[in-house]
Amino acid sequence: MTTQEALFQYTLRIADTNLILGQRLSEWTGHGPFLEEDLALTNIALDITGAAKSLYEYASTIENKGRSADDLAYLRNDRQFLNNQITELPNGDYAMTIMRQAIVDCFDFYFYSELTKSKDETLAGIAQKSIKEVTYHLRHSSSWVERFGDGTEESHTRIQNALNELWQYTGELFEMTEVDALLIKVGIAVDLSKVKDKWQKHMDDLLQKSTLEKPENVFMQTGSRKGIHTEHLAFILAEMQALPRMYPDAKW
Amino acid sequence: MKITEEHIRALLSEIPDPEIPVISIVELGVVRRIHLIDDTSIELNITPTYSGCPAMKQIEDDVRKKLIENGFTTVKINMVFSPAWTTDWLTEEAKNKLQKYGIAPPEHSTEDKSWLTGKPKSVTCPRCKSKNTRLISQFGSTACKALYQCQDCLEPFDYFKCI
Repeated sequence: MTTQEALFQYTLRIADTNLILGQRLSEWTGHGPFLEEDLALTNIALDITGAAKSLYEYASTIENKGRSADDLAYLRNDRQFLNNQITELPNGDYAMTIMRQAIVDCFDFYFYSELTKSKDETLAGIAQKSIKEVTYHLRHSSSWVERFGDGTEESHTRIQNALNELWQYTGELFEMTEVDALLIKVGIAVDLSKVKDKWQKHMDDLLQKSTLEKPENVFMQTGSRKGIHTEHLAFILAEMQALPRMYPDAKW
Repeated sequence: MKITEEHIRALLSEIPDPEIPVISIVELGVVRRIHLIDDTSIELNITPTYSGCPAMKQIEDDVRKKLIENGFTTVKINMVFSPAWTTDWLTEEAKNKLQKYGIAPPEHSTEDKSWLTGKPKSVTCPRCKSKNTRLISQFGSTACKALYQCQDCLEPFDYFKCI
């Protein structure tokens, strides 16, 4: 594998993760529990879909085979997507959406903090941009985890159930492959084991403040680095990609 | 007369921000670099306020249109991410305009990180100037704004959040 191929895969992984979560979150648009939360999730979806757009554009120039950003987003199949599985899971109830968001926001916060130091200027620039936005996202999702956890018996039960369900998808966030190894050597990629320590500590603090119990001895799901996904990804892609696939010549 | 960067800047200052039309795109700070190649060719760097800001395409189109109307035939616009846009780039004049328009301008420099962890600093109501205000939502009608309410005059208002 060349550095260029590795960089393409690496950029796609971050782009796919942002796009799929952005698409999932946008399903809440017009359905939020109340107006302000509807706006919040729509704004967050917009930020991360925007980051995905910048990343696909960069991936397109790295690959340099004439595939545009839109081609990468709309004309690949589920087995070619590299997003972390946690992002493709259905929204569930609000506790599920918020807990998934807190887990991913916290990961993104420490991941982008490291990525700003990348020797790849474009990735570092996108990270610099995203970290400012993710800081707001993390404040939003953490404050809701805390309120649900320390709220009523009902809200506590729901957010604890969400945590129990989602924890099995957290191992994958930190998986590294030969792509990472190759790019870490040249100072481009982030060493995810460093991110893991910081993420773990932050999550421990948040869960403790929220009176929640961290699941122990959980079997960790894996697969997305090889394009293996839950059954949910193909459905979300079918919906998202229907228009450009049905009308290949359609322009915005 | 030779066209200078200052002329171009003045020209672009005529373009309003698509979502907050009281300030120009130059005052907003999204125009980062102007490079005059010759009398008819120009290259510009612009930077997004937020990653997903839907106004960026509009801004790009407006800039291109304005330059072509003014005699340029080759206009290249690059989107740059670094250094990342910050509300620190808003001029005092732009902040005053925002306030008159009913949007509370960013209250402090992003250098000051205390607001991230601790209690957010008080935001002044753009209508009655009271500091007795509360945050309703960190996310508002556009990506760059938060929603506040004044506890004295009871008016809800937009706050241009610091990033």
